[in-house]
Amino acid sequence: MTATITPTSPTPVEPQTPWSTSRTSRVRSLSILLTAAIVAAIVVLFTGVAGIDGWAVTFFGLSLVIAVARTAKIGPKERKDALMRVVITSAAVAAFVPWVSIFGAVIFRGYSGARINYFTQDMRTTVPDDFLEYGGALHAIVGSLLMVAIATVITLPLGILSGIYLTEVRGRLTFLVRFVVQSMSGVPSIVAGLFIYTTYVYSTQSFSALAGSLALAVLMLPTVARTAEEVLKLVPEDLRSAGYALGARQWRTALMVVIPTVRSGLTTAAILGVARVIGETAPLLLTSLSNTTLRFNPVDGPIASLPTYIFGYLQIGTEFAIARAWTGSLVLLVIVLFLFTLARRFGGKDKR
Amino acid sequence: MTVIYNREDKIFRGIVASGALTSLVVLGLIGIFLFWRGAEIFRDNGIKFITGTNWTVGSEDGIIPNDLSIGAMLIGTVVVAVIALIIAFPLAVGGALYLEFYAPRVLRKALVTLLDLAASIPSLIFGLWGIEIFTRFGERWAILLNKWLNFIPIFKVEFENFGRSPFIAGCVLASLIVPITTSVAREVYSRTPRDLIDTCYALGGSKWGAIRSVVIPYGKSGVIGGAMLGLGRALGETVAVYLLLNLVFRYSFRILESEGGNVASLIATKFGEATEYELKALVAAGFVLFLLTLVVNMTATTIVQRSTPRA
Repeated sequence: MTATITPTSPTPVEPQTPWSTSRTSRVRSLSILLTAAIVAAIVVLFTGVAGIDGWAVTFFGLSLVIAVARTAKIGPKERKDALMRVVITSAAVAAFVPWVSIFGAVIFRGYSGARINYFTQDMRTTVPDDFLEYGGALHAIVGSLLMVAIATVITLPLGILSGIYLTEVRGRLTFLVRFVVQSMSGVPSIVAGLFIYTTYVYSTQSFSALAGSLALAVLMLPTVARTAEEVLKLVPEDLRSAGYALGARQWRTALMVVIPTVRSGLTTAAILGVARVIGETAPLLLTSLSNTTLRFNPVDGPIASLPTYIFGYLQIGTEFAIARAWTGSLVLLVIVLFLFTLARRFGGKDKR
Repeated sequence: MTVIYNREDKIFRGIVASGALTSLVVLGLIGIFLFWRGAEIFRDNGIKFITGTNWTVGSEDGIIPNDLSIGAMLIGTVVVAVIALIIAFPLAVGGALYLEFYAPRVLRKALVTLLDLAASIPSLIFGLWGIEIFTRFGERWAILLNKWLNFIPIFKVEFENFGRSPFIAGCVLASLIVPITTSVAREVYSRTPRDLIDTCYALGGSKWGAIRSVVIPYGKSGVIGGAMLGLGRALGETVAVYLLLNLVFRYSFRILESEGGNVASLIATKFGEATEYELKALVAAGFVLFLLTLVVNMTATTIVQRSTPRA
């Protein structure tokens, strides 16, 4: 076949997609849905059905009816398809709505309670009920960062070693290690706290930031180890072969070829680990407790952290205390989101 | 291929292996220490510790004897977690199917990001949202359930006070475990061979037809594993349950009644002013919880790993 195909028409033809929905049918579908939404709203206003949840349920019912009605003339298969489309979409909406509501509530209520002193003062001279212009959560933020930093220092090397074991060394226990790491990620956070309490706190007879860090490290290790493994798995086998071909031993290849290639991926592992534990409350209730003054010494008595701060003020339950808790949640959420974006930024780098 | 490792390599491999085995050691130590510190309780109470419903702390002079058991809390743990799972499972499967097969491309990316974000919301914030925002809706649903379905025993109530019930806590826990279950389900569904789906369409099947006859059977075990991971999380949840439930020591299957509790929140509640003996009982309770979640998680892990063969 040597003949070349010459275009028959001088002007290029727009590719056609006869299977895609046309504009008119899309407009029709949208307007039908809109009508259903309005009808649902009318039902909510004039009958016993109440609230936004009542509206959602009514709308769901109407959508089912519409789906049946529109496919009535086509056939049972299409009817089922249309019905399931409505059901699945509704399930997805129901799954996503709480999270949106959480983000909205935390941002709105957290922001309305935020004052500049929230980030510059601690609570040593302030009672929880004071106006929001007094006192803040500096001690809690510092405490959280301190504990998470120590936990990272402990877990990062262990997590990376575990990742190297699973991808480079591939010893006899590979399956067991992978299985244990997986199962460990399901250890309830309070059990981790209890463990550190019965060992470290029990023997030192004092609550401390270090105890908190150890408890967080137990929870953080599986996340770091698993992410490290995933990242190391992305390293092409060729690189290792190249290392060996140049006469490098396994340890040199691993440390000087494999690890440097995934440096930013390992950063991601650390970040995801931090994001996993920064909001943990239960273990800290048993290991680091809480206090009201700014502290930096990790082995000197109880220390506040953002989660225990939020938890404590929520328990107090007065208006301003709860406002402080909401602002604390906003700070916590912002930290988590920040870490998350950071992880994405770093995570994208190693991919080739 | 036989590989010969020299001494340096052997040292390297030894160090790496010992680092990797830390998780195994830590997991073992957790079990051993909790059991050791709680051993006295198991010896004193025997099986009654996990079947009884009393939590009476003895007086120091010994006139009132200690009578500590976590039966009611264990039942509470299971009840709340099962409610959460029953609500979360359909939502998670629906969400995953929607993301994989129905969502418009523009929306999809945003929703996946939202899903990942939701998985990293601390449970404390879920609890806060639960008491401050969700309870209003939850109470309304509870009243409706009680009104229309009270011929089913679990929806009966003794007192018409619908706040702080296992039902509401279960709803909040459901939204807590939907992200992890959805992520696993989506991952599994996305691995369905494209050919099989296309074959379905070629035979004249509709989208739902393809999903029902190919995607769902293909991802079944993976999705069940994901649901069990969610269950494990719900079983061990502390602060959200602590904030949403009143601890009441009595067997209760009435999910709309404002009483309940779970083992984890029991530990958090009683820890602060516990006597020494009570503390041991809390550690023992922690050991039981540890075993329970470990079994659930190991089963889940096995199922997920078996359904997703690794290279």
